[in-house]
Amino acid sequence: MTALLRRDLKLAVRAGGGFGLGLAFFLIVTVLVPFGVGPQSELLSRIAPGILWLGALLACLLSLDRLLALDWEDGTLDLLATSPLPLEAALGIKALAHWITTGLPLVLAVPVLGILLNLPAQGYGWLVLSLLLGTPALSVIGTFGAALTVGVKRGGLLMSLLVLPLYVPTLIFGAEAARRGATGMDPLTPLLMLSGITAGVVAIMPFASAAALRVNLR
Amino acid sequence: MTLTIRDLCVARGGLPVLQGLSFTLAPGQALILRGPNGSGKTTLLRTLAGLQPPLAGQIDGAEEQIAYAAHSDGLKAMLSVRENLTFWADVFGQSDIVPALDAFALMPLIDRLAGTLSAGQKRRLGLARMLVTGRPIWMLDEPTVSLDVDAVAQFAVAVRRHLAAGGMALIATHIDLGLEAEVLDVTPFRATQDTRAGASDEAFL
Repeated sequence: MTALLRRDLKLAVRAGGGFGLGLAFFLIVTVLVPFGVGPQSELLSRIAPGILWLGALLACLLSLDRLLALDWEDGTLDLLATSPLPLEAALGIKALAHWITTGLPLVLAVPVLGILLNLPAQGYGWLVLSLLLGTPALSVIGTFGAALTVGVKRGGLLMSLLVLPLYVPTLIFGAEAARRGATGMDPLTPLLMLSGITAGVVAIMPFASAAALRVNLR
Repeated sequence: MTLTIRDLCVARGGLPVLQGLSFTLAPGQALILRGPNGSGKTTLLRTLAGLQPPLAGQIDGAEEQIAYAAHSDGLKAMLSVRENLTFWADVFGQSDIVPALDAFALMPLIDRLAGTLSAGQKRRLGLARMLVTGRPIWMLDEPTVSLDVDAVAQFAVAVRRHLAAGGMALIATHIDLGLEAEVLDVTPFRATQDTRAGASDEAFL
């Protein structure tokens, strides 16, 4: 299992691996929003938590169609399915690798990018915490979407349509926790809901992904 | 431990392709599958490897015993020969990749990226993967595609050594490997018209 994780991380950082794709997209979104909205620091600080969460979500979505498609094209998925590694574990590991290469860099970059959007000082901790709790859910749900559409040529659009509704609860509670944190309210309830969603999907989604993938491998 | 197939019916795209297939494979035995293109050799191998369920019939002794080699080798272009092989060895719980490299003369290429290998060299690396699985039943789908004469000989030696060690092999191929193996022609087992009721799309076969 660690072999698969090591391989995926190694592949992500080598040329053409797509590491930094999500991060670059996130950077572009947060840099451009102030230009689009205008230089009203009050308005910016009000929308900052939502924009940052939305940017993180879209950045995750951007790299999802590579998650399984590359392994499908070169036959790795067939061979993994016949290996001693349970498919559920393999997909869980692939989701973890996706989070480490996409979600985690976003979490680490967000304090810097918050400055661009004039995020209130008290909001930084809560924003980082909500992203840290929420982005793993984005990766495992995304793996499920990738498993559903793995055999489809140019399945990126179909996958986005399937995955976006599943992302909505994570976005609502994540952005709400960050917003409450930024405005000095108590963010505990949305944070708990967010943690619950993440814990739930981490437990269930690898099985759903493996079931979907088995059907697609036939 | 033997592989026993009884009255197997396999399907592709929901349509039966082969039916009434029965054979046994004992340790040290190899079976060569023959048949024209589209006769269902790949579908049979995929079913036996557990990638798709059979329509009917029984497969005994295949669970967790099979090393499967498909048309594509599952290689990562951006990983070196060593990294590719070590990865598969780790997945199958093995650690020694040297015999596999030696068997297919891959030692000189060990630090080359798989993406820079020629088609035949990639195939050799794909076949070397079989040796690091440690599984007793090899299922090979057209293993000699793009191999030169020397590499085919290396492959035949590897299979023979595997059989001598009590392994089994099921090989779908069109060329003569020079193995002392039974040949199974799948043509007589093609699913008949009435079991393919509603079959209008030949492309699925």
